Amino acid sequence: MSGEIIGTYATAIFLLIGAGFVAVGVIGLLKFNDPMTRLHAPTKVGTVGIGALLLASIIHSYTLGETSYHELLIMAFLFVTAPISANFIAKVNIHLGTCETPPKPEIDDNWATLETPDEEPVKN
Amino acid sequence: MTAPDFLSLSLTIVFVSLVIGQILSMVRLVLGPTSGDRILALDTMVINAIGLVVVLGISQGAQIYFEVSLLIAMLGFVSTVALARFILRGDIIE
Repeated sequence: MSGEIIGTYATAIFLLIGAGFVAVGVIGLLKFNDPMTRLHAPTKVGTVGIGALLLASIIHSYTLGETSYHELLIMAFLFVTAPISANFIAKVNIHLGTCETPPKPEIDDNWATLETPDEEPVKN
Repeated sequence: MTAPDFLSLSLTIVFVSLVIGQILSMVRLVLGPTSGDRILALDTMVINAIGLVVVLGISQGAQIYFEVSLLIAMLGFVSTVALARFILRGDIIE
């Protein structure tokens, strides 16, 4: 079995793994019944699903003989930005009151995201 | 089944799965009872679009689609943060 055939099979298997994770994440996004629970399902699409597709792309370019590692850039960017956007969406859920309010912290008065500074005028 | 046949079969499966993912995210975008769900559905649609562009690049054996998917990833992150900040603060750049 030559290297080209092994590379083609590896590409196909990584593509199938990516397809499975994309399907699982999106079905979770549709079927869960609470905003915070829904938040966790599509993270599989963002990390493992797209990660497997990009790995398949790297292996395919290696098989074709023109190796490129550009896809690692997209992977790094997605892995860095996914928690930040998830944090923002969780903050939106907390502020709109569509989930349970988390219990008060032991040390401080309130969670930092719920604190309103006194000086700032209230915006609507 | 030979290797190229297996690759084209799995390319078809990935395309179908990503397109179904886009449609189901669109359903959540239309239904989504809260604004957080709508932002999350848009974010998932952007990520699925990146996947579609990457798989298109694999199926055509072309390298140029890499830049398209990087641009979509950056735009998607910025738009998610902008939407969430607009709901949180009523303003994007204060």
